[in-house]
Amino acid sequence: MEKRTPLYERHVELGGRVVPFAGFLLPVQYKTGVIAEHMAVREHAGLFDVSHMGEAVLEGPDAEKNLNAILSNDFSGMPIGGARYTLMLNERGGVVDDLIVYRCGEERFFLVLNASNTEKDVNWLRGHLRGEATLEDISDRTAQIALQGPDAKAMITKFVPEEALPKKYYSFVEHVSVAGVDCMISRTGYTGEFGYELYMDPSGAAAVWDALYREGAVPCGLGARDTLRLEAAMPLYGHELDDETDPISAGLGFAVKLEKPNFIGKSALIARGEPVRVRVGLKVTRRGIIREHETVYAGETEVGKTTSGTHCPYLGAGYAMAYLDKASAAVGTQVEVSVRGRRIAAEVVPLPFYKRA
Amino acid sequence: MNIPENLLYLDSHEWVEKTGEKTARIGLTDFAQDQLGDLVFVNLPEEGDSVAVGESFADVESVKAVSDIYSPVTGTVAAINADLLDAPEAINQDPYGAWLIEVTDITEYGELMDAVAYQAFCEEQN
Repeated sequence: MEKRTPLYERHVELGGRVVPFAGFLLPVQYKTGVIAEHMAVREHAGLFDVSHMGEAVLEGPDAEKNLNAILSNDFSGMPIGGARYTLMLNERGGVVDDLIVYRCGEERFFLVLNASNTEKDVNWLRGHLRGEATLEDISDRTAQIALQGPDAKAMITKFVPEEALPKKYYSFVEHVSVAGVDCMISRTGYTGEFGYELYMDPSGAAAVWDALYREGAVPCGLGARDTLRLEAAMPLYGHELDDETDPISAGLGFAVKLEKPNFIGKSALIARGEPVRVRVGLKVTRRGIIREHETVYAGETEVGKTTSGTHCPYLGAGYAMAYLDKASAAVGTQVEVSVRGRRIAAEVVPLPFYKRA
Repeated sequence: MNIPENLLYLDSHEWVEKTGEKTARIGLTDFAQDQLGDLVFVNLPEEGDSVAVGESFADVESVKAVSDIYSPVTGTVAAINADLLDAPEAINQDPYGAWLIEVTDITEYGELMDAVAYQAFCEEQN
């Protein structure tokens, strides 16, 4: 039985097409449709219920030490109020999950996990904790709303003075009141656009949602969330990342600090050496749409597989991400993708596809 | 839900307009376009291609998925609505105006419903 987020009634009232997703009932789209929702985020502001995401708090004198031992990024000296993207690797160097770590205090961290991985992640983390540190899964006590788009700041400053908002990308502020609700607000998102993510107690989610909706933020479903993240070439666990794929091949080396003394997966990554296949971007050069799990060819040679693909509404063309053999991965390489028995011509292009000005 | 009375319907949500003794236009219903969502790509057959009852003759793609379009008739493609190749959203905006193909030399019709039966069928599906 799927769970309802605290905003379920809003989704139904707004005509959302509600489907089961990662154990929750969430809208794929509202009446506006995926394209209009996508464009609203690029040009104005969109509102997303992302309460399905998992949240956990790691606390204790050894919390930082544990993060450094379990996760790939470096958390030493991370300032309070900072957020950091990281991978959690298995011993083979594959990805258990990708997550964001927020530092709330010297000995207190807030972790945001993929919904479908939350239980696995919590077990993995608890299984590897050493010394004085405890992990609490607070997913059921945490709602999350994302406000994304160039108008996000103008909308949120109707409720919050600008100086109380997080300024830098990947920073956050706790205990900010929005429409009377105590929120944690971060300058993060999964759209490639300027925006905020707001965390609050589920009891306050509807009030925050209603306030931002009344300011004109356009409700956006899972469909637009996926096209936006793909246009921004952000990896999605289960597509670009999984238990076997290493973060170097995925192009996420910036979040892997091999100079750290040790962390789970480090020796496997070093042993793997230079990646054989790497994550690249593909653009359809003529007509057509490439989807996930399609085979990519250079001439008659199979050179890789796609991991995600769709029509990108803002850019107005078909784009995909794929893992390709290094020899075929250079920008400008012409390839073909087999889609339902047809060959679609595509070109390797730089990532991300879309970068806000 | 718009279901014109002068058309016939297939249970896979294509409409047929009989335009002559052995000719017809085929398109997607309002129900179909609403279920599919914003369409961004249409792949049509070519003039002269054969179509057959129950077989896929085209596909349409939304941002989320690709869907086959099935033929309600057996015959030969006389014309395609090439405007849709550059403007597939016309199917969302005007599903009964944005026909996909015209078929000639029709030798067989599939099991078609009239508007009343199709209306009932859609309500059942909802």
